[in-house]
Amino acid sequence: MSLAMFVQHLLNGLTLGSLYALIAIGYTMVYGILRLINFAHGEIFMLGAYFVFWGVTLFRLPWFIAVIGAIAVTSFAGIIVDRVAYKPLRNAPRISALISAIGVSFFLQNFAIVVFSAIPREVQRPAWLVKVIIVGKVRILPLTLVVPALSFVLMMGLLYVVYKTKPGLGMRAISRDIETSRLMGVPVNRIIALTFGMGSALAAASGIMWALRYPQLQPVMGVIPGFKAFIAAVFGGIGSIQGAVIGGLILGLMEIMIVAFMPSLAGFRDAFAFILLIIILLIMPTGLMGEKLEDKV
Amino acid sequence: MDPKIKRNYALNGAAVLLLVGALFWSKGNLDGYKIQIMNLIAVNIILALSLNLIYGFTGLFSLGHAGFMAIGAYTCSLLILPATYKQTMFLLQAPIWPFSVMHAPFFVAVIAAGLAATFFGFLIGLPVLRLGGDYLGIATLGFAEIIRVLANNMPRVTNGALGLKGIPSYSNLWWNYGWCLLTLYVIIRLVRSNFGNVLKAIRDDEVAARAMGINTFRYRLTSFTIGAFFAGVGGALLASLLTTIDPRMFIFTLTFNVLMIVVTGGLGSITGTILAGIVITVLLEWLRFVENPITFAGMTVPGIPGMRMVVFSLALLFIILFRHQGIMGRREFSWDWLFGLFRKRREA
Repeated sequence: MSLAMFVQHLLNGLTLGSLYALIAIGYTMVYGILRLINFAHGEIFMLGAYFVFWGVTLFRLPWFIAVIGAIAVTSFAGIIVDRVAYKPLRNAPRISALISAIGVSFFLQNFAIVVFSAIPREVQRPAWLVKVIIVGKVRILPLTLVVPALSFVLMMGLLYVVYKTKPGLGMRAISRDIETSRLMGVPVNRIIALTFGMGSALAAASGIMWALRYPQLQPVMGVIPGFKAFIAAVFGGIGSIQGAVIGGLILGLMEIMIVAFMPSLAGFRDAFAFILLIIILLIMPTGLMGEKLEDKV
Repeated sequence: MDPKIKRNYALNGAAVLLLVGALFWSKGNLDGYKIQIMNLIAVNIILALSLNLIYGFTGLFSLGHAGFMAIGAYTCSLLILPATYKQTMFLLQAPIWPFSVMHAPFFVAVIAAGLAATFFGFLIGLPVLRLGGDYLGIATLGFAEIIRVLANNMPRVTNGALGLKGIPSYSNLWWNYGWCLLTLYVIIRLVRSNFGNVLKAIRDDEVAARAMGINTFRYRLTSFTIGAFFAGVGGALLASLLTTIDPRMFIFTLTFNVLMIVVTGGLGSITGTILAGIVITVLLEWLRFVENPITFAGMTVPGIPGMRMVVFSLALLFIILFRHQGIMGRREFSWDWLFGLFRKRREA
C-alpha cells in the first residue's frame, strides 16, 4: 500500500472515528450518571440528520440555520425521552429502564418510518465539502478534514462545560453519588436533563456529519452506528468522556484499516466491533480509562 | 396418592385432550391464515418460555434469542432440504460438505437444531455469563449480531444474503403444539424442582446465593443453555413454518418481539407468558390492517407502514412504565387456586 493511500485511509478512519466518538460521549455521560444504556441514542442521532434534511428541503432554510435548529430540536427530544421514559423508572430495577430504552428506540425508529417513510433519501451536499483536493499524490475530500476538526471543537466545548463550569461540577458529583449530591443541594433533575440535552446535541451533530459523509438518510441509520459507539464507550471505559473519545477513534480507525488491508473481510465489517466488545468485556471490563467497579452487597 | 394430586393429573390430562380436540376442530374448520396464526402462537410461546427461563427465572438479561433462533433455523433447514435441491439453490457457490449431503427426518432435525443452539449457547455463555445485568444484555446482543453477519458471509453454508428457500413445510399444528407442550412440561418441571429454586435464589440475590455455597455460574450456564435449546427448537419450527429464511429475518426486532411477550406476561410467570404469547401474536397479525389501505364508506385511507411497531413499542413502554409486573406478575394459574376460588365463594 502506498503512503498516499495510507494517508487517505487514515483520514477516513479519523472521520469515522470522530463520528463514533461524538455519539459515544452521549452514551458514556448518561451511563456515568444513571447507569443506564440509553438504547435510544442511535435514534436521536438519526433524528438529528433528518431534521437538517427537512429544514433544508422543506423550509428552505440556509444550511447554517438548519444545522443549529436541528441540533436544538434534537437535544430537546433527548430531554423529552428522559422525562417520559426514564425518569419515572429512576427507582425501579435497572433492567426496567433498559427495557424502556429499547422500547423508546423501537418507537422512534418506527415513528420515523411513519413520518419520514422507509424510503432512503438522498442528501444534497454543499459542493465545497466534496470537491476533491489533491496534495502531492494524496486525494483529500475536504469533508474528511472538516469532520474531525469540528468534532474536536465540540469535544473541547463539552470538556470545558464538564470540568470548568458549575453544572459540569454537578454532573461529576452526580456520577459519584446521586443521593449525596441531592443532599448537597445539586439540582439533580435539572443536571440530568442537561446531560441528556448535551449528549443528544452531540449525537445530532454526529448524525448531520454522518449524513454528509454517507449521503443517505434512513430511519434505521442510527442502529449500527449507535451500537458501535456504545462499544467504543465500553472500550474507552464507560463513564469516562476522554475514554469515549479514544475508544471511538480507535474503533473507527480499526474498522477502516482492517477493510483497507484485508478487503476479503469487508463483509464481516459489522462483526468486528461486536467481537471487540466481547473480548473487552472479558479481559478488561472497565475499559481503557474506566474506574474499577465492584459488586455492592 | 393424595386425591388432590390425582385430581390435578386428571385435569391436566383433560386439558391436553381438550387442546387436541380444539386442534382437530380448527384443522377442519379454520382457513389457512388462521391456522398459520395458531402455529405462530405455539412457536412464540416456545420462544417466550425459553426466554422467561433465562430472564424471568434466572435473572439473566439476555438479548441473544435471535441468534439462537438463527442457528436452529439454519441447522434444521439444511437437514430437511433434499440434497439435490440444495445443489440447485446454492447458485453462487456450491455448499460444502457435510452441509451438501446431510439429511434427517423432521423430528431429528428439530432436535439437532436445538442441540446446535445449545452448543453455541454453551460456547458464548462460558465467557459472557460472568458479566451481570445490562452488560450481559449487550454482549448477548453482540453475539446475535455476529451470528447474523456470519450467516450473511458464509455463502457455502447458508447461501449468504439470498437465504434458503423452499424449506419443506413439515411444521404443522401437531408438531408445533407438541413441541409447545413438551417445552411447557420441561420448564414447569424445572422451575418447580430444587434446580428451579436455586435459579430463583440467584435471580433474587446472587451474592446471598453465592454465600449459601451455590456455584452460581454453573447454574446460570445450565439455565442459559437449556433456554438456548428451546430457542433453537423454536427457530427450527419457524423456519419450516415460513419455508424461507434469510439473515435479515434474524435482526434485533425478532428478539424484541419475544422480550415483549415475556415482559407483558410477567417475568417469572409461565401462565403469563402463555397468555401474552396468544394475545401478542394475535395482535401483531391483527394490527397489520393499519399498514394496509382501508376502505371505509367509499373512501380509501392509505395504509401507514411502520404503524404496527409504533403501537407495539408504545404498548411496551406503557407496560414497563405503569404495570411493570405485566399481566400476571409472578403468579401462576393452578387447579388448586381455581378450586380455592370456588370454595371461597361457597363459604361467602
